[in-house]
Amino acid sequence: MSEKVLMKGNEALAEAAIRAGCRHFFGYPITPQTEVAAYMAKRMPKIGGTYLQAESEVAAINMVYGASAAGARVMTSSSSPGVSLKMEGISYMIGANLPAVIINVQRGGPGLGGIQPSQADYWMATRAMGHGDGHIIVFAPSTVQEMADLVAKAFDLGDKYRIPVMILADGLLGQMMEPVILPEPIDQENLADKDWALTGHQDQRKHNTISSLFLEPQELENDILKRRERYLIIEQAEPMAQVEYMDDAEVAVVAFGAASRIARSAVNKARANGVKVGLVRPVTLWPFPKDILSAVGDKVKALLCVEFSTGQMIEDVRLAVHDKVPVSFFGHTGGIVPTPDEVVVAIERMVAGEQFHILPFKSRLTGGAS
Amino acid sequence: MTTLTAEPVEAKVAAKPKTLFSRTPVLTDHITNYCPGCSHGIVQRLIAETIDELGVAGKTIGVSPVGCSVLACEFYSCDMAQAAHGRAPAVATGIKRAHPDNVVFTYQGDGDLASIGMAETVHAATRGEKITVVFINNAIYGMTGGQMAPTSLPGQVTQTSPYGRDVKAVGYPIRVCELLSTLDGVAFAQRVMVDTPKSVRAAKKAIRKAFEYQIEGAGYTIIEVLATCPTNWGLSPTKAFAWMRDNMLPYYPLGVYKDIKAELAAASADAADKGGE
Repeated sequence: MSEKVLMKGNEALAEAAIRAGCRHFFGYPITPQTEVAAYMAKRMPKIGGTYLQAESEVAAINMVYGASAAGARVMTSSSSPGVSLKMEGISYMIGANLPAVIINVQRGGPGLGGIQPSQADYWMATRAMGHGDGHIIVFAPSTVQEMADLVAKAFDLGDKYRIPVMILADGLLGQMMEPVILPEPIDQENLADKDWALTGHQDQRKHNTISSLFLEPQELENDILKRRERYLIIEQAEPMAQVEYMDDAEVAVVAFGAASRIARSAVNKARANGVKVGLVRPVTLWPFPKDILSAVGDKVKALLCVEFSTGQMIEDVRLAVHDKVPVSFFGHTGGIVPTPDEVVVAIERMVAGEQFHILPFKSRLTGGAS
Repeated sequence: MTTLTAEPVEAKVAAKPKTLFSRTPVLTDHITNYCPGCSHGIVQRLIAETIDELGVAGKTIGVSPVGCSVLACEFYSCDMAQAAHGRAPAVATGIKRAHPDNVVFTYQGDGDLASIGMAETVHAATRGEKITVVFINNAIYGMTGGQMAPTSLPGQVTQTSPYGRDVKAVGYPIRVCELLSTLDGVAFAQRVMVDTPKSVRAAKKAIRKAFEYQIEGAGYTIIEVLATCPTNWGLSPTKAFAWMRDNMLPYYPLGVYKDIKAELAAASADAADKGGE
């Protein structure tokens, strides 16, 4: 067992990726993910790996496409505006069934936005990672420890299902330091053989082709439906969520990533005031833990989503509970992190029977532009 | 005086038929999708012959991006990757970095290489990625039906330059070999064409040299092939070659634009001369 060390989220994630067998990293500088690239630039040459600063995000993701097609465990890292640029390559990777780990240390948007923490890429990550009919797996860590643990899982699931996997972090998780126990390095020899990869056939096998092109419509539909079968398996096997304080809960807060830490503080404060409130933290955003949310929805009178956005995950929560209970929202965006006290006020209003969608421009505590 | 004697008819019949031309092994038996008279078939055959002659089919990985070049994925029996439009040099970079001992080539058209993929092209070249780029310059977008390309000539009529390419409005064609030859990462750059048996032989020699340089680890190598697109030019194959010679050749002169091994040899010969004085 490794010892506990104090590390920044971005660096813990980078080291965990190396320990998970990642030997190729292609990226382009952008705040606030800089530490991931800097760590890789320092470490990769010493372990016989590749760190390459690409000419653009577009080039970086296509280098990832190439290295993944060649069978390597490969990663890229960026932040919101840069991930928009990577969408093209990610769509091609979905179409060509290529695994890779893509880090998005989110910042405020749209456009150039800001460089402070945000969760406004939820829709992009879970709905629209490029054109076409497809998905990627999306993990939302909430601690430095999870930054490390989930990146290792991301490589495994990517290879298992031949699908790109995103770690949807944010500037807060990336930049903060926490104690972390890093995962043990894997033995590269134990990784499953990728018989589909481009390695040169060495006159030993039929040649492999990696492609997302199907000019014959029926072949394209067949390919998409085959991939959908895999998505159904993933939706059954891989949803993850952490459920806390639910035994006696009459209402519950739903939050992911860094927002869940603030929500937990608020839940504790509200409980100290005698409010029976639970907490649900989705860890996978796609596949969304629908069944867990649905079960929670059956148990409580109301739900409150807390996000660093104007409300994106709330749509998945409402779908999961089929609007059988009122789902309210509280959040800030563009780098303003909500305070636990603000969330406590929102919890109290939910308990009082209100349904609201608080957008903070009217009033941070009582505003009701719903 | 020599007496001519007729060969017995039976002997002719008994002679084993001699194969004069056949498919080189690395090509698949996929039926070509290319239009009659198109240069793609000739160039892809030359790449295939090179791979087979060098005996590297088992360790070669090809990359074919968007445009008519994407069809190449079907024609080679070495490992192949299809790439997004313009991104072949980046994909090839990823492959080569993962497998430095493999032979990696890209097969790209002019819109792909010199328009949407110019950043990837220039940076793969300046990094000296050990890949071979075969660049088909036919001065038009073929797959999408004949639009203006970055290499379309001044005044050239295309679907999207119906009054002729107006250089004052849309700028000038890009001379890729000349541009890339300024970069230190480029080991070999040559412009060739494939209009006659003689020029085809020269093109083959250039492609082979580029592959050899890659295998030796010399750096980035590119062969630009002046090519025809009879369908979108609206010309017969022979007239298309004549148009190419009359119009493209003056703008895109053939020749070796970069050859670091020749430069090194010349430099050391020069130094030896000076040392002898």
